[in-house]
Amino acid sequence: MIGVEHYVVVSSILFVLGVLGIFLNRKNVIIILMAIELILLSVNLNLVAFSSFLGDLTGQIFAMFVLTVAAAEAAIGLAILVIYFRGRGTIAVDDVNQMKG
Amino acid sequence: MIQVIAFYLFASLTIAAGALTITARNPVHSVLWLIVAFFNAAGLMVLVGAEFIAMLLVIVYVGAVAVLFLFVVMMLDIDFTELRAGFVKNFPLGLLLAIVLVSELVLGIGAERAGGIQLGTPDGTATTAAGASNIEAIGALLYSKYLFLFEAAGIILLVAMIGAIVLTHRQRGGVRGQNISRQVARRPEDATVNMQPEVGKGVQL
Repeated sequence: MIGVEHYVVVSSILFVLGVLGIFLNRKNVIIILMAIELILLSVNLNLVAFSSFLGDLTGQIFAMFVLTVAAAEAAIGLAILVIYFRGRGTIAVDDVNQMKG
Repeated sequence: MIQVIAFYLFASLTIAAGALTITARNPVHSVLWLIVAFFNAAGLMVLVGAEFIAMLLVIVYVGAVAVLFLFVVMMLDIDFTELRAGFVKNFPLGLLLAIVLVSELVLGIGAERAGGIQLGTPDGTATTAAGASNIEAIGALLYSKYLFLFEAAGIILLVAMIGAIVLTHRQRGGVRGQNISRQVARRPEDATVNMQPEVGKGVQL
């Protein structure tokens, strides 16, 4: 029988994968953004599972808000990426600290 | 039984797609694996009866965010000749993936129809089935108790939209734009002139 523990395990594995993705792809900022999306997905999965477990819809409402913020973050992050690429011709984020001022 | 099979299928595919997302060499492949991961996570959500969030996940992520990622990835620095060369080679894989996703959709909805997964409650009593459907219940809660949070979410999206436009907008020189006020202010007298040339003389412009 599937319980809430199964969902928590899946979502924690997904969370760890997201964090791992940030460390593995330190150079590629696009993959970093995708890893952040994975992390937010795992959070959403957790919220929905517990919402069903507790019989309380608040978790699903908050999953919606997390979704909103994730979409906004992706849009802004990609916009920053585009202007960064326009200015430098590369998206290697190793030397972002040269972007002072 | 079908619920257990569906759960393990969705869970394993979500994790596998997540792992492939962060390890794929080509960012385009990463985006495609991310889509698979989101699709399977939506299936997991359908299984516990959160249809609305699941559909939202598919529409917002697969429809908007993933396409945005794909757009940016392809706009930046992907070798397009290499990309096109792989089209025929990758076509069977893509077709297979599409079939898998569609059959998963059917399986997930079938499992949900067969009763879904009952996660139980903290004190062990049976879950009180809400009378209304998931969407109705969410709407009733969202537009009453969480109305201000909902509006705040709208403001966040507005700020993100304006921010993205402001960040990526650039003034380009050397383009011939339309000058509407000049266009409107132009009179027929400025543009045309009446002449009565004599026969055989012609007109000097």
